[in-house]
Parts: sequence; structure tokens; C-alpha cells
Amino acid sequence: MPTGDMDTNSATISLRDVNKSFDRGRNFAVRGVSLDIATGEFVAVVGTSGSGKTTLLKTINRLIEPTSGIITVENEDVQALDPFQLRRRIGYVFQGIGLFPHLTVAENIAVTPRLIGWAKGEIDARINELLDLVQLPRETRDRMPSTLSGGQRQRVGVARALAARPHIVLMDEPFGALDPITRDSLAREYRAVHRELGLTTVMITHDMLEAMLLADRIAVMAKGEIVEVGTPHDLLNDPKNDYVRELIDVPRRQASEVERLAGGRP
Amino acid sequence: MDARIASAWAVLPDYLGQHVLLSVTALAIGLFVGLSLAIIGVWSPRLRWFLLTATGLIQTIPGLALLALFYPLLLALSALTERFFGVTFSALGFLPSLLALALYSILPILRNTVTGILGVDDAVREAARGVGMTPAQRLFKVELPLAMPVIMAGIRTAAVWVIGTATLSTPIGQTSLGNYIFTGLQTQNWVFVVFGCVAAVVLALVVDQCLALVERGFARRNTLLKALGGVGLAAVLLASLLVGPARGGSHYVIGGKAFVEQYILAALIDERLDAAGMDATHRVGLGSTVIFDALAANEIDAYVDYTGTIWTNFMHRRETASHEKVLAGVGAWLKRTRGITMLGPLGFDNAYALVMRRDQAERLHIHSIADLAPYAGRFSIAGDYEFFERPEWKALKKAYGLNFRETREMQSTFMYRAVADGAIDVISGYTSDGQIAQYDLVVLDDPKQSLPPYDAILLLSPRRAEDAKFRSALEPLIGRISTKRMREANLSVSRAADQRTPEQAAEELWRDIAK
Repeated sequence: MPTGDMDTNSATISLRDVNKSFDRGRNFAVRGVSLDIATGEFVAVVGTSGSGKTTLLKTINRLIEPTSGIITVENEDVQALDPFQLRRRIGYVFQGIGLFPHLTVAENIAVTPRLIGWAKGEIDARINELLDLVQLPRETRDRMPSTLSGGQRQRVGVARALAARPHIVLMDEPFGALDPITRDSLAREYRAVHRELGLTTVMITHDMLEAMLLADRIAVMAKGEIVEVGTPHDLLNDPKNDYVRELIDVPRRQASEVERLAGGRP
Repeated sequence: MDARIASAWAVLPDYLGQHVLLSVTALAIGLFVGLSLAIIGVWSPRLRWFLLTATGLIQTIPGLALLALFYPLLLALSALTERFFGVTFSALGFLPSLLALALYSILPILRNTVTGILGVDDAVREAARGVGMTPAQRLFKVELPLAMPVIMAGIRTAAVWVIGTATLSTPIGQTSLGNYIFTGLQTQNWVFVVFGCVAAVVLALVVDQCLALVERGFARRNTLLKALGGVGLAAVLLASLLVGPARGGSHYVIGGKAFVEQYILAALIDERLDAAGMDATHRVGLGSTVIFDALAANEIDAYVDYTGTIWTNFMHRRETASHEKVLAGVGAWLKRTRGITMLGPLGFDNAYALVMRRDQAERLHIHSIADLAPYAGRFSIAGDYEFFERPEWKALKKAYGLNFRETREMQSTFMYRAVADGAIDVISGYTSDGQIAQYDLVVLDDPKQSLPPYDAILLLSPRRAEDAKFRSALEPLIGRISTKRMREANLSVSRAADQRTPEQAAEELWRDIAK
């Protein structure tokens, strides 16, 4: 039986020629995507809305079933796995946070461990551990999500995704709704957690700058296809694709503009 | 006034207990079915449309009709199960009321549950899928809890409807707070009517407020509120069941239809049995067909009917005949076809008769129906809810060539006053009704004898046919009650000035008989 340990070089997540059509083949939201994501890697998928990036992400834990193609997670074909078990072992951070409004912070975090059937004491200890990890005071345990700030809520969202000790975390525009300062600190904290826990992370974003600052590798999507994959360094220095060049140019131009403004100050 | 309130209080535990038991059971069934259907409806939009339309249609059936429909339905079903499995069940009272009310309570629960679940934010639903919940886990852990305030609102609506509509289960033999209202209307006992209405309203309000606490508890995630509401509901249920349904099923059950004379006679028979040391109760306010079927099915043991009713309604005879011939024919037919024993005639008759105001009759020289015929085109006539559907009305119209300007159906209690007030010119009254004397009305002769005789007869159920003790306790009543005496007894109950309860009137009647 193939396991991650047997072949340490193999990808944790592997997409092979994945296609997804919602209208029986007339249009494709995802078209011919192949991508390998190595263990411990942080990959950002960048694209405009409608580029198919969220659809692609959801095929990994079978929230959306691909029309064709093969997806393996830790060397197992996801089609052969029970979709509920699969989702429980992959952390998921939702766009717009997606906390359960009728559950407390602690109950939200405990959802997946409870589904798996952890012992109560174990879950309890895990909740405290996670609150510390995402830097939330333990007093927030019994608060309702509606009483928290946007940043605090997304910390709970991250804690919930990590609760059942997944190896893989999928993030769908996780920081999109936050103010720039909260967004920056939360993103950097997550990057630290990612490294500390040895996670494999796939993050969806439309913000190229965010992707470059966080990810090891960036996949750029347009009209359902991946147009270019590379490290931030590669993309910055030698973009192969005009659209990618355009995307890279925006933050670069903004950065130099900011630099110029700072320099030009009396 | 005091005696009436006291007697209303005396039966409250029984009426309230039965009312609560019926409502709670119906709601429990409605809740289970409504929630199950709602879950189906959420999963399949096509079925949802069908379910909502079907239950919406049921809702438009008037409560009384829905209740009445279940009685013959269950009776037929009971006959079927007897034929194929040898088991019967009682089609009278609890079961038909329960099914009708449960059916009634489904719609608000179904509709609110569907609305509540569909109203759950899609992002939350997606999150439930994303963390690995199965569809069932998503339903029970996320969708139902979030929809709970809306579902509770539906349950509240259903509870109030059921408690209100349960008052209509009296005519199919189920004791409820409606007994106050039906009895009160018939005996012109307004204390009873008001008492019944207030009791039902208070019960509905208390239950509604307890459910409101639970609803608020869900909305605010406040366990204390939920517990308070739950404790309140449990208290209502326990209290009414502890004091409530007083009897563990009496040995003998006496039936009575829904008018004063029947209340008195049922009370009279009950008293006779009690005096003979036999455990008996009476169930009054039953519909005319319901009571006959119930006797044949041994669900009641005795009641008083009228020869003309059996003759036309059940034997479907069109012609009329003499008292003796009809009596003999009815007795033989009852025994042969239903196994019912006719113990004998009580002595009075309670026939349909056309009745007018004395001054108007004298002014126009109307003494008989034949004299009335020429004026019919200018006159309005009122009758009870069944009269104009009966064959003798058609026979009467044909025999005398009657063609009234207007026919109106009326609650029989009100028609005598209506004719006395001049609101109506002619009514089809009952010969033993005390109000004929009270309002100084005249009974028109029927020279062509087109109305059949209606001798009061005491009928026994098939299983009591050979019960010697039972028969001997009731035999003293046979042939002992004159039409005049019955009319007086009826008047003593229906006239506000006398304010007798049917039980008191029965006692006075027995004192006269025993003399």
C-alpha cells in the first residue's frame, strides 16, 4: 500500500488533467489542470474571479466532483475514498469565514474532532492548544462568533481547520474580508504555523502581492487553465506569460511608486 | 347562576384532561409527520411543492367536516380489519378526532420547517460540508438548530389551532372542552358556553406562551428559557392528566344526540343505572348517524331514538304509516339488520311539525298545513340542519303543494325565538319541544298524514340484548313519559328562568314517573 513515508519525494496532492464542466461539456470552469504539490509546500493559486480557482480547490476534498481527471491526496485516489472521511482529514478555511453561528468558539473548533469521535478530554485540551496557537485568549472559548471581530473570527476559522491535526490545509481567500493590518499579521502568523506544523497548504487568492509574500510557489489561473507555475522569484524575474507579467507588474509598480513617494519626501 | 358555575367546575377536570390528552397526542403525531415531510421536502423541490399544496388543501377543509369525515372512514376500516384479522377498534371519539387534528397540525409545522431550513445561509451549509459532515449530520447539527426559532413558531401555530379545533370533536363522541359549548348552546346555558370558550382560550394561551419561551430559548441559545417553557408544558400536561380523564372506562355508556331532550333522557338513563348499582356514564352531543352506528358497533350501550328517524333515515321508507305499524316495523328491522333491541316506546313522540305564531295563524285562519299552502309564497320557513334534506320534507311539499319564498337552516335552539320575533314565518319544530308553549306558538295539523310518527324508543346495543339486570333497570321508563311531561322537562332546561341542568330535570322527571 503506498504511503507518504515510502516515497518522500512524491507529491502530497497531485492533480492530473482535471476538468470540470457544470453544463455537460459546453463550458469548462477548470480545463486540463495538472499540478503536483509537494509535502510541506505552500502553494497559492492566483486568478481573477471566474478563473476557476475556487472550483479547482474544491475538487481536492470532493466538495466538487471533477468531470474528468485524477486527483490523489497522500498517494490515494480521492475517488476511492469516502468523501466525508476525506474532508475530515483536510483542514478547510472558508471564504467569508463560515463559522457556525449557533455554536460557541469552542464548539466551532471542536466540530471535526467530534465528527471523528475524539474523547471529550482530548478535544478540550486541543481547543486550548489551538486558541494559543492562533493567539486568541482562552476566555473566547464560550463566546458566540457574532460577538467577535472579523480578525478574531478568522483566527477561529484557522483553529477549526487545524483542529483534527490535518496534514493538508485548503484556504479559500481566507484573509480577503479583513482590514489590511489584520490581514497582514494573520497571514504572517499562518505562514509561521504552516512551517511549524509541517503543513501542506493550498491557498486561493486574487491578490498577487499576498501570494508572493506567503507562497513557495504560485499557480496563475485564467479561464479555467493554469497559465504559469513558478516560485515568486521566477515569476518576478522571468514571467513567460503576458497575463502573468501584467499581474506581476501591478504590485511592482505600486511598490516603486510608494518608494518614490517616500524618497521624495522633504 | 351559582349552580351552573358549580356544575361547570365539576366536569372541568374530565373535559380539560381529555382535551389536553387529545391535543397533545395529535400535536405529537403532527410534529413527527410534519418534520419528516419537511425533511423530504427540503431534499426534493418537486415533492416539496406537492406536499405543501396537499397539506394546504387539507387546511381549507373546515375543522368540523374533517372531524366528521374520519368517523365513517374509521368505521369502514374497522369493519375491514374485523373481516380480515378479526380485530376491531373504536371508530368513535378519540381515534377519529386524533387523526383529524393531527392532519390539521401538519401544515404549519411542515411549512415553517421547510422555510426555516431553506433559510439557512448557503455559506454555513457549505462549511458544514467542508468540515466533513454527512447530509444527516448537516441536517441535525446545523440546519435544524439554525431553523429552530422558525420551526417553533410553526409548532406554536399548530398548537393553538389544534387546541381550538379540538372543541369540535364533541359530535363524534370525544369529550373535550367543546362539550361545554355544544351543551351550552343546546340548553341555552350561556354560562357553559362562556366557560368552555374561556377554558379553551386560557389553555391555548398558556401552551402558546410556554412554547414562546422555548422558541426564545432557541433563538437566544438560552437553556434556562427552554427549560422553563418545557417545565411549563409538562406541568400543564401532568396537571390535566392527573386530575383529568376521571374514569377508567365505565361499564355502561349511554349516548345522547345534540339537543336538550336527549341530554335529559341520557341523564335519566344514567341515573337509573346508577340507582341500580351499575357503573354508567353518558356521552351526549353525538351526531345522529354517529350515535346509531356507535350503538350497532357496541360502542355505546343504550340511547333514545325516534321511530320516524329510523324509518326514513335508515330504512329509507318513503311512505308513512300509523304509529303502531311504524313501531313494529322499526323494532323488527333493528333486530334483524343490526341486532339492536328496541326495549320499548317511552310514551311521548317528538315529531316534526310546522309551527307558527298564534296571532298570525289566527288572523289568517290557518289551522292546518293545507290552510298554509296558499300563503307559502309570501312566507319564509326555517328548519334544523337536516330537515330540508329529509324525505318527509319533500313528501310534505308535494302533498300540500308548498313553495316557500325562502328556506333557512338554523340551529334548532334559535328557531323558536326567530318565529316568535317575526324574523321567520314558519318553522319545522318538534312536537315535544317546550318552547312551543313558551312562545305561545301553534302546531299546524297534518290532515294528509305526510309526516311520519316519531315515537321515542329506547334502544339497546347488541351485546346488552340479554343483559337482564340492565334491562330491568330501564324497563320502568317504558311508556311512562307523556308528551306534555317531556315538553315541561325540556322547557325547564331551555328556559333561562328555570335554569335546570339536564341532570336536575331528569331527577324531577323520574320523581313524577315513580309516583
